[in-house]
Amino acid sequence: MFIDPHAHMISRTTDDYEAMARSGVVAVIEPAFWIGQARTNAGSYKDYLSHILGFERFRAGQFGIRHYCCIGLNSKEANNEALAEAVMELLPDFATKEGVVAIGEIGYDEQTALEDKYFRLQLDLARELDLPVMIHTPHRDKKRGASRSMDVIIEHGIAPSRVVIDHVNEETIKEVKDRGFWAAFSIYPHSKMTAERMVALVKQYGAERLIVDSACDWGISDPLSVSKTASLLADQGISADDVRLVTYANALAAYGQSGQMTETDWLSPAPIDQRTLYQGNSVLRGGQTPQVGRPD
Amino acid sequence: MTSFEEVLARKTAIHDWLARRVSAEATAWLEGAIAKYAASGRYGDLAMAIGLAPRKLGKAELALSDDEVRTGQELRRGLDTSDWSIDQAGRVLIVLASYMGDDQKFAATLDRLFQAGEIGEHIAILRGLPLYPAPELLIPRAAEGVRSAIQPVFEAVTHRNPFPKDHFDQAQWNQMVLKALFIGSKLAPIQGLDERRNPELAATLMDYVHERWAAGRAVSPELWRCVGPFTRREDLPDLVKALRGGEDAQSAAAALALSESMLPEAQEALAVDTQLTARIKAKNITWNSIHF
Repeated sequence: MFIDPHAHMISRTTDDYEAMARSGVVAVIEPAFWIGQARTNAGSYKDYLSHILGFERFRAGQFGIRHYCCIGLNSKEANNEALAEAVMELLPDFATKEGVVAIGEIGYDEQTALEDKYFRLQLDLARELDLPVMIHTPHRDKKRGASRSMDVIIEHGIAPSRVVIDHVNEETIKEVKDRGFWAAFSIYPHSKMTAERMVALVKQYGAERLIVDSACDWGISDPLSVSKTASLLADQGISADDVRLVTYANALAAYGQSGQMTETDWLSPAPIDQRTLYQGNSVLRGGQTPQVGRPD
Repeated sequence: MTSFEEVLARKTAIHDWLARRVSAEATAWLEGAIAKYAASGRYGDLAMAIGLAPRKLGKAELALSDDEVRTGQELRRGLDTSDWSIDQAGRVLIVLASYMGDDQKFAATLDRLFQAGEIGEHIAILRGLPLYPAPELLIPRAAEGVRSAIQPVFEAVTHRNPFPKDHFDQAQWNQMVLKALFIGSKLAPIQGLDERRNPELAATLMDYVHERWAAGRAVSPELWRCVGPFTRREDLPDLVKALRGGEDAQSAAAALALSESMLPEAQEALAVDTQLTARIKAKNITWNSIHF
């Protein structure tokens, strides 16, 4: 069993869902993010949030995958102040929906003043709603951006144990771990982090508080990253317990703090969910083919 | 009864059903959340209460007693909660309790809840459709539910719900039935299937049969139920094909449809199969017993 705790499934195909389910993924977390180009108004943002809480959750359930969300205003779009203000109005409603496991992904992109403003406001919201936080660390000037994110989180009185710092690499892992945050690694074919490097990091730092995700989206990315990394970790002599921690249990422990995600969701779901939202996992059931109806 | 009194009676019943099933603490939360919105009128308070309902009330089966089912029937003929969970009933109660006598505002609030709701909320709120006031204003919302590409949302309107039967016009009704067949959703749980059958629907379904057969695909045997009394002479060869195609559910369904037809040729075609005819007469085959 695997959890992919960072996957933009809205951009992926049913083939991906099938392959993920076959590989043993039982749950995915879809963080709210930008969609490759900037939205121009809050209405499209609202529809996006309701889409990831609605049709996307249904699609995942059809393949036996439980689907959770993080709700937030991403740093790129925080730079459009009019949009950002309107989206901030929407967030409390969406963030308290069932299956929302964190505020995220939030943080810095270019580290502008507006990004900083909305990052802080959303940290306050997370504290108020008692939700964990998923942090997107910037692609450029990552090290300083990550440090600064952690400083601001502490400043806002949020416990590091309730925060996952994502897109961590060799340069940022030590500080993230030393300061008590969860460290997540997006395993990408060409950028961010590779499975081979991940093996070295697990060997060096141990499995505690490390989390592997695919961060698959509309760019070149691999929805099977989690299971592939698990195989490589096992091949390279990492213990089964540690593999389980970084590809399943740590993500569950971190995001489970929301009270919105428990193992029973996929191991023994409520009958009402089985009748409606979740068809059961074919891997757990031992091999029926999941089906999704054609949109008519 | 005014709609306000009607809503009050329905709220009381659902409140009592829930109070018998959840903890005192959960009941107190529910009452508090309802009172909070009543006092503030803030949409956010309403949305929050609906969002939190499953965490506060749990997702167990509602499973009403026979007495409670009777109460439900008295409050709303056709109400069928057999598939409801406790959190769904709670959400319906919160929605009902948001009604302050303004029909337009109620419909607008419902729309707003949909725009920012998650899938579980959509299902719960749509299941509650037969209980809400001013149903004629809610028809567009129900029709939108039928348009959903999410089958459980579609079925929240169509299955075990008297709203479509009572309020959909013929075009909406026919669209709903055709779509159910199209997406592989069962017809038997649709209320009023027989009373709302119509020639237009039967003709559309026969076109659908031809389309499917041309593509080498089967149709659901339930389809013939909506053709039965409106079978045209030109449809008879197709019904006979289903009757004698060698597939049990298809022949039973075709036989039932033929038995409901007024055409003498239909009765003649059916009479050839004495065994099926006898089973239909003895009510050993009914639309609810057909396996598919």
